[in-house]
Amino acid sequence: MSPKTLYDKIWDAHVVHQADDGTCLLYIDRHLVHEVTSPQAFEGLRMTGRKVRAPEKTIAVPDHNVPTTLDRAKGIENEESRIQVEALDKNAKDFGLHYYPVSDVRQGIVHIVGPEQGWTLPGMTVVCGDSHTATHGAFGALAHGIGTSEVEHVLATQTLIQKKSKNMKVEITGKLSPGVTAKDITMSVIGKTGTGGGTGYVIEYCGEAIRDLSMEGRMTVCNMAIEGGARAGLIAPDQKTFDYVKGRPHAPKGAQWEAALAWWKTLYSDDDAHWDQVITLRGEDIEPVVTWGTSPEDVLPITATVPEPDSFTGGKVDAVQRAIAYMGLTPGQKLTDIEIDTVFIGSCTNGRIEDLRAAAAILKGKKIKDGLRAMVVPGSGLVRAQAEEEGLAQIFQDAGFEWRLAGCSMCLAMNPDQLAEGERCASTSNRNFEGRQGYKGRTHLVSPAMAAAAAVTGRLTDVREMQ
Amino acid sequence: MEKFDKLTGIAAPMPLVNIDTDMIIPKVFLKTIKRTGLGVNLFDEMRYDRQGNEIPDFVLNKPAYREAQIIVAGDNFGCGSSREHAPWALADFGIKAVISTSFADIFYSNCFKNGMLPIILPKEQVEILMKDAEKGANARMDIDLEAQTVTASDGEVFHFEVDAFRKHCLMEGLDDIGLTMERVANIDTFEAQAAQARPWV
Repeated sequence: MSPKTLYDKIWDAHVVHQADDGTCLLYIDRHLVHEVTSPQAFEGLRMTGRKVRAPEKTIAVPDHNVPTTLDRAKGIENEESRIQVEALDKNAKDFGLHYYPVSDVRQGIVHIVGPEQGWTLPGMTVVCGDSHTATHGAFGALAHGIGTSEVEHVLATQTLIQKKSKNMKVEITGKLSPGVTAKDITMSVIGKTGTGGGTGYVIEYCGEAIRDLSMEGRMTVCNMAIEGGARAGLIAPDQKTFDYVKGRPHAPKGAQWEAALAWWKTLYSDDDAHWDQVITLRGEDIEPVVTWGTSPEDVLPITATVPEPDSFTGGKVDAVQRAIAYMGLTPGQKLTDIEIDTVFIGSCTNGRIEDLRAAAAILKGKKIKDGLRAMVVPGSGLVRAQAEEEGLAQIFQDAGFEWRLAGCSMCLAMNPDQLAEGERCASTSNRNFEGRQGYKGRTHLVSPAMAAAAAVTGRLTDVREMQ
Repeated sequence: MEKFDKLTGIAAPMPLVNIDTDMIIPKVFLKTIKRTGLGVNLFDEMRYDRQGNEIPDFVLNKPAYREAQIIVAGDNFGCGSSREHAPWALADFGIKAVISTSFADIFYSNCFKNGMLPIILPKEQVEILMKDAEKGANARMDIDLEAQTVTASDGEVFHFEVDAFRKHCLMEGLDDIGLTMERVANIDTFEAQAAQARPWV
């Protein structure tokens, strides 16, 4: 048998039908659903009289629109947001889906709830009408975002029409230096490849620095594969993966666990597998990074300065000029001189327990800068509960952070958590696009530890100076 | 789905690289539970000021481009969020084709589900078409999906590649779900075999 990549193996195990031109019908093991990209799909099913083919493989949770303030039991004020969440309540009930409503302690961001509940398992195909579905690739699952038409297609048929992507290997060798995290790895890769570098590829992340990451860190890395243009990121499952999955509510048990484990252990890229592209970074070379512009590829080490537009080429020159004007910066300005108004810790990129631990470790015994607004939005109700149990919530509150309920919150600001015009935020989320966190808001993407450091000083800060 | 075969229309130039789906349709408009009516908010934050007045400099607000049916765009158009609201908004405005050197994967695939044609051409050719688009309403382009060609206003013809299956679905206006439903026996068989091989799924 010819050698295969991990992606090849998962793909081959899910092909229902292959046409002569290579177009495949791919079986989907898990379909995650949230309130924003699904109403039109359910409406489509109703209009055509179709059913959900596999409701037992379909998991729904509201996350984008939900308020994260402590009084949210009183309901959603914004009428459109409320209607969208109510539509999901109704659709989940009518079509018999697994559902975690706003009132359920297990509710949270769909990409945090899936792994937490054991829905996401190695070797699976996982889709969701959300580009950050790439997160689940951390388990060695082929996971990617889809549009609403495809959501309807999966609901009706439990399959997707797909052509195979190319294979890219991103290897991070060696060890990370102190202060450098999974977020810095994934942002540094995007800084190197650009936001279009991964287009047409599935990325497998490998190498010692990736193996050394916890499952939480691996999820952070895969989460931002889409920001590099790749629909999916993958990391081969290993003992850490199995340990994380074991005992979760929907993980296999008993004899099925043993059978699953035997297959999962075959899920790795063969030594001589073919790669269409290989990118290698030395773990030792990666520094704590920050974005300065309005694209996730606008990444620089925190020790750098705002670049000159002329140092770029082609269409990027104009884009950089536009970004620097939008961000209110000056070329040559030190990144550590950029003052911020807001700090946001949360999102499917960095809303897990390890992220909160990293931020709390910096904040312990310190206060946030006077006048700064800072909030922590745990990725799920269970992350929140665990952080309270570990005393992290107290550290955040003592430092001056707001301690919120779970949701997507200020990552995309569909709920009331938004930046005002001109406000500047150090954010642990995944996108620094124009207007992403609020109309004319300015976003600097950072790791949780870097966000915490910025909260203390009131400016972008090298976390290594505080450790 | 509406069929796509030939199109003659005005092309609007948008040379900015990395135009993301947040720019195409900002999140405040994702709260709808319908697919229609998003055209008025297409490129909302670039197109209107805070009071809702049109920004005259924005390309689709200029008299020459108000009826544009084609966009010639910078590299990596449609990156970021998977929101299908982006092609819905473009289609609702009247855009039927976008030409660029590259598109983000999810956006590219979403276009075909909405009767819209994303065309990938080499950089030099996109640059020629960008210049052509800058001529405004005097420069109508022709797109022929059957022949896989874009013809600039001076008659220069550029050939593009498109996946044969996607082309077929677009030309016939075929519904993907209907096509897949014809393979339900394959799905049944696969499901039964998978339940044996991986019963824990």
